[in-house]
Amino acid sequence: MATQHSRSAARMMMAPATILLLGWMLVPLTMTLYFSFKKYLPLRGGDLGWVGFDNYVRFVSSSSFWPAVATTLVIVGGVLIITVILGVLLALLLDQPIWGQGVVRILVIAPFFVMPTVSGLVWKNMFMDPVNGFFAHLWRAVGAEPIQWLSQASLPSLIMIISWQWLPFATLILLTAIQSLDSEQREAAEMDGAGPIGRFSFIILPHLARAITVVVLIQTIFLLSIFAEIFVTTAGAFGTKTLTYLIFQRVLESQNVGLGSAGGVYAIILANIVAIFLMRVVGKNLDR
Amino acid sequence: MARTVSTRRKTLTTIAAWTIGIVIFFPILWIIVLSFKTEGDAIKTPLEVLTSLWTFESYAVVQERSDYFKHFTNSVIIALGSTLLGVLVAVPAAWSMAFVPSPRTRGILMWMLSTKMLPAVGVLYPIYLLFIQLGILDSRIGLVVVLMLINLPIIVWMLYTYFREIPGEILEAARMDGATLRAELLYVLTPMAIPGIASTVLLNVILAWNEAFWTLNLTAAKAAPLTAFIASYSSPEGLFYAKLSAASVMAIAPILIMGWFSQKQLVRGLTFGAVK
Amino acid sequence: MRMKKIICTVAATFLASGVANADTLTIATVNNGDMIRMQGLTDDFTAKTGHSVEWVTLEENVLRQRVTTDITTKGGAFDIMTIGMYETPIWGKNGWLVPLDDLSAGYDVGDILPAMAGGLSYDGTLFAAPFYGESSMIMYRTDLMEKAGMSMPEAPSWSFIAKAAREMTDRDNDINGICLRGKAGWGEGGAFITAMSNSFGARWFDENWDAQFDTREWSDTLNFYVNMMNDAGPAGYATNGFNENLSLFQQGKCGMWIDATVAASFVTNPKDSTVADKVGFALAPDNGMGVRSNWLWAWALAIPAGTQKEDAAKQFIEWATSNGYIELVAAKEGWANVPPGARTSLYENANYKDIPFAKMTLDSILSADPNNSTVDPSPYVGIQFAAIPEFAGIATEVSQEFSAAYAGQQSVEEALAKAQALTNDAMEAAGYR
Repeated sequence: MATQHSRSAARMMMAPATILLLGWMLVPLTMTLYFSFKKYLPLRGGDLGWVGFDNYVRFVSSSSFWPAVATTLVIVGGVLIITVILGVLLALLLDQPIWGQGVVRILVIAPFFVMPTVSGLVWKNMFMDPVNGFFAHLWRAVGAEPIQWLSQASLPSLIMIISWQWLPFATLILLTAIQSLDSEQREAAEMDGAGPIGRFSFIILPHLARAITVVVLIQTIFLLSIFAEIFVTTAGAFGTKTLTYLIFQRVLESQNVGLGSAGGVYAIILANIVAIFLMRVVGKNLDR
Repeated sequence: MARTVSTRRKTLTTIAAWTIGIVIFFPILWIIVLSFKTEGDAIKTPLEVLTSLWTFESYAVVQERSDYFKHFTNSVIIALGSTLLGVLVAVPAAWSMAFVPSPRTRGILMWMLSTKMLPAVGVLYPIYLLFIQLGILDSRIGLVVVLMLINLPIIVWMLYTYFREIPGEILEAARMDGATLRAELLYVLTPMAIPGIASTVLLNVILAWNEAFWTLNLTAAKAAPLTAFIASYSSPEGLFYAKLSAASVMAIAPILIMGWFSQKQLVRGLTFGAVK
Repeated sequence: MRMKKIICTVAATFLASGVANADTLTIATVNNGDMIRMQGLTDDFTAKTGHSVEWVTLEENVLRQRVTTDITTKGGAFDIMTIGMYETPIWGKNGWLVPLDDLSAGYDVGDILPAMAGGLSYDGTLFAAPFYGESSMIMYRTDLMEKAGMSMPEAPSWSFIAKAAREMTDRDNDINGICLRGKAGWGEGGAFITAMSNSFGARWFDENWDAQFDTREWSDTLNFYVNMMNDAGPAGYATNGFNENLSLFQQGKCGMWIDATVAASFVTNPKDSTVADKVGFALAPDNGMGVRSNWLWAWALAIPAGTQKEDAAKQFIEWATSNGYIELVAAKEGWANVPPGARTSLYENANYKDIPFAKMTLDSILSADPNNSTVDPSPYVGIQFAAIPEFAGIATEVSQEFSAAYAGQQSVEEALAKAQALTNDAMEAAGYR
């Protein structure tokens, strides 16, 4: 179908976006690689010479490294599971005929518009504060001891905050997908006498596979580099240090740019592993 | 089309949906309430909070302390500028991926997305040094470019999925009629893709508005957007719930209102190719 | 408000037109009450000099991250930075700050409290001018102390404090005997526990820069703290920092609070505090080893080297840290609200003598010695910190381990073992060992 002419035109039109992104990726990547082999301490005079793979070894052998990888995966996995399951349920509910559907939809998508910083601050102070927070008042009202959310249930609390932000996104995509399901298909299934559960698992769920894939893909990309929510709530304490946060700590708090850069390279490797994995799993689904 | 549903069932689902909607919206509702209270009242039990006096005091304090409109203007310029620039760069790329696919198209798309996974903190020093060299530290143009690059993969991908749904035959026909490539893009493709472009723009304005790492670290006084405005209220001395609530409402209100007015476009377009 | 500003600016421009061209200064500062008050008074500076000011007000952690990035890369985004006693000597040594050795005679550098000037100098040169200075002391509720049948000595010991805290605690009425910082972060809980450990004979490093968390002194400090807080502290103290404790104390939920001396004016201010007329003050406790657990800190204004607006920046610093500024605040907001702890003459001023916390603040500041902060000799300068570039990063991680122990996620012994390992590791990375 495409002529030789349009092929070269296509390449030309791809060029700006590709070159820009290549630049955006390569310039920092090269600099990160360069720094990662250096002893680079800004507060001690900057560049103190080459150190080979020292930074790489040190970053991995730090007692914080594996816990940070685990925390990253727990947060990403936890948020994905919660948002997908609740998202499907919520989408099914919103697909039903209800009064005031528009308003309900607005209420449900609102958290997506809130800045991560604001959402972290609001949850931390106005809701999870063990003395003056909303939950503390609620718990006390029923005679219970308030939960110290961010210190004693730090990871679940963080997952809850982040899920609150991302649930609207998942719901919206899943809802659009459900609504695109042919009503004839549904009615046919109803005629066949399939119960609600049968209808869900044989008609709706397979139809949603693609949408779920998209939700998982997009959210993973954003969740892997989550930062602001942790910075304003726990600042990495109580086992909430993700790989991104660990790098932040090395670069900005410890002012060890070399060590942090080595961490950055590890994070890039992790991101690529995830990307390849996603491409295998998701790519197939998208091409159907 | 219309499914007949008993009123009883509709009532039940309505109640369920409204309850869940209000629960999800509640944190936002609650900071709106707290923002109209005095600091002393804002820490009381929810019942006492609701029955206490309402006041604009916190908004006045916040506005007196920092120039909201300066930050607001910067946010608008940065969010819109980066999105529009991004769309400008992304439309041709998405067009060629959708209509002249090559075996590498999917690989390139995935690679573009993977650039979003790089941890920003890791490259703060290199980028900061680069900005100093270029003399664009604390400038809107610098942030427009950075945020454009950050969101470009998402923009390309969204546009690609919309373009792919447009039947190639229409473009063929236009080409047969002798339309140039430019005309084809401008007069045939773009009008058909308007809903898709609209929702792409909306989503990316939201993402750019809420970006809080680069906008905070690459600005000082001149280009600082609302994310920096919030950073001065996050933990002041003494009681601060009311002030923090007021500042938060001021920071999220514009984007929330925009989102509400345009939710139809956003919802219709936000598929990322999830629907075939 | 705005109109007034414009008129002021216009008037100022005319007045100053003969002097020099007006500059616009970009100043990064922390969102503490005294700085916010300074922002409100900027018009006075503009009227006097013709220069205008753009403020970048950030929360403490964000501010540190922001100004450190800028100074180490020589970014030049700010003309004046608000920094503390920890950063000043390190940056001064690196030649990143403009020396403040030629301030005008009228400014009277000699009037700055020697402890403050010492902490803000490197090699005898002043690199930052103190906007306000602080030590730490005990603030306690006189009514609750009386109710408990005890009386606070001027200079109590830790065992007295622990006993009083347990006596004052009344969980049914939501009263905690003692509120202390437990929040992770070197400037939050880290600062408190380090100052406290000094009085227990502990130190961060020995003379060979070996970490000392495996010593009995550290284990004593942490166990004493955790036991006392579990019995008499507020719920969730592991996440409480200065602000959280301030608001607890103002709400009347704390019997005692050991924290920055600047908090005294907040807890005695009837506008914000429900217990304003029931607060007493005492020196921070000791443990009979000759060192008290009070720290020393100053928020100060410094000029990054390489700024184009050095003269205007110096004029601003002279304005903001002068006696004239103190009088300006006193005239507008009363003597209790002037920035404390920076100048000797303030404590000789008859107007300030009546302020209830003035004497105790000065005594606390005078009893703090950054050069001699530990019982056993140590290789570093600083009381609640060690003035080496690596400290902030290490101490934040260490205090995260401590906070996890406060929250009951790990034992005190586990926390100390981890702290020992990570400190030695980081010191090795930095080339000390």
